[in-house]
Amino acid sequence: MNPLASIGRTTMAFFATIGRISQFTGRAVFHCFVPPFYGRLLGRQLIEIGYYSLPVVGLTAIFTGMVLALQSYTGFARFNAEGAVASVVVLSITRELAPVLAGLMVSGRIGAAMAAEIGTMSVTEQIDALTTLSTNPFKYLVAPRLIAGVLMLPLLVLVADIIGVFGGYLVSVYKLGFNPTVYLERTWDILEPLDVVSGLVKAAVFGFLISLMGCYHGYHSRGGAQGVGAATTNAVVSASVLILAFNYMITELFFAI
Amino acid sequence: MMANNTPKIAIKDLHKRFGDKIVLDGVNLDVPEGQSVVIIGGSGTGKSVLLKNILGLLSPEKGSIQIDNQNVVAINLSERERVLQKVGMLFQNAALFDSLTVWENVAFGLIEGRGMKRKEAREIAIAKLADVGLGADIGIRSPAELSGGMRKRVGLARAIATDPEIIFFDEPTTGLDPIMGDVINDLIVDRVKHLGATTLTITHDMASARRIADKIAMIYKGKIIWAGPVSEIDASGNDFVDQFIHGRADGPIQMDVRAG
Repeated sequence: MNPLASIGRTTMAFFATIGRISQFTGRAVFHCFVPPFYGRLLGRQLIEIGYYSLPVVGLTAIFTGMVLALQSYTGFARFNAEGAVASVVVLSITRELAPVLAGLMVSGRIGAAMAAEIGTMSVTEQIDALTTLSTNPFKYLVAPRLIAGVLMLPLLVLVADIIGVFGGYLVSVYKLGFNPTVYLERTWDILEPLDVVSGLVKAAVFGFLISLMGCYHGYHSRGGAQGVGAATTNAVVSASVLILAFNYMITELFFAI
Repeated sequence: MMANNTPKIAIKDLHKRFGDKIVLDGVNLDVPEGQSVVIIGGSGTGKSVLLKNILGLLSPEKGSIQIDNQNVVAINLSERERVLQKVGMLFQNAALFDSLTVWENVAFGLIEGRGMKRKEAREIAIAKLADVGLGADIGIRSPAELSGGMRKRVGLARAIATDPEIIFFDEPTTGLDPIMGDVINDLIVDRVKHLGATTLTITHDMASARRIADKIAMIYKGKIIWAGPVSEIDASGNDFVDQFIHGRADGPIQMDVRAG
């Protein structure tokens, strides 16, 4: 086996995939802005992504806020900086943890569901049937999911911000003995609009990536149940990796020194 | 309906390959207006690929497909959607949308394709379901609750819901018992006659082909090797056709079968 040939094939396959995803993204975004729009389907996706993800995102946020308060307290106590707990909790939650963890949780829940649903439609010729019924699959299947992802993730992250900070407050006040008024004052004083806005921008980008990967892998799934399973796995893995990569890039954009 | 001289669908020198595998190798076929043409051929001979090329689900490398004198190979998306408004299609496994009820499936082309109000479309859907022998109570069910024969009938109702000028049937009787297969064949003949539509069917079920077809074409290795009226197929003089219609293992068509 020629190792150079193997490297060449892998490189070509990588760029071919990048090309396919770029083409798919271009078509998908184009159809988000060109009528006809499917309001009923958009409404269904808004509920599916936003409302039904609330419990998992809320639970993730509250436990993350609680553990963050506990960990930062035990760490800061070593050099008498316990007073920074409120600042660490609110900044970590709003800037990083709420968008990233909400993104990862929604990726597991929604990205997988999208890939499975669209993948099943693909292997059972339902997408071909849409085309023959004069309905563009990008407008009908992809655009509502992309729009719903971009709109709902920031709302989920806003809720996660509030619940996460509340989790930190609960542990700090009822377990660590912080004064509630002082804790809230410190939280409020340190918080700047950019901290929340950067988290919401990240959330919108993550929502786009989750929907895009779910739709892309579902749309291109082939070969029956096994193909749909592979598409589901690929959708979650690729969305998760992209979330982490884009998180760094957006952080660099907002907070680079 | 009187057939005129211009074919409703004219396929000329159509080529399609997947990598090194040549699937269509210069297909030529005319489907006259108001007639029922059936393409027969074994598995993997290019029948489904031909149908997908006509519908625009695949793009050929070479050749033309004319529908009503318009070459549909190189048209843009909106023109294709206009052409597809003339078309109905019954898929092999019906391809019903799982997320919609039966009546919503039947009315889909009317609501989404033509912008009809849901109430009006529902009435038409119920009427079309009745045309294929299904009651209104079936309309509110989910496709997952239906048997194979019922799914095929719903698929047929969806294919004819918009009163299309052209209907494609992909293996309409595959997976059905012989009696249900005959019921579907009868429904196809009856509904197509009623609509006066032009139809193109692909199948390897000879009983179905004889029942549905005005004209039969046989595809083998990506080429149409014989075409003629259904009444002439038994005297085609073509060894490939003879072997296929009689379902013989011996003959010029060799299956890729390896001993275990």
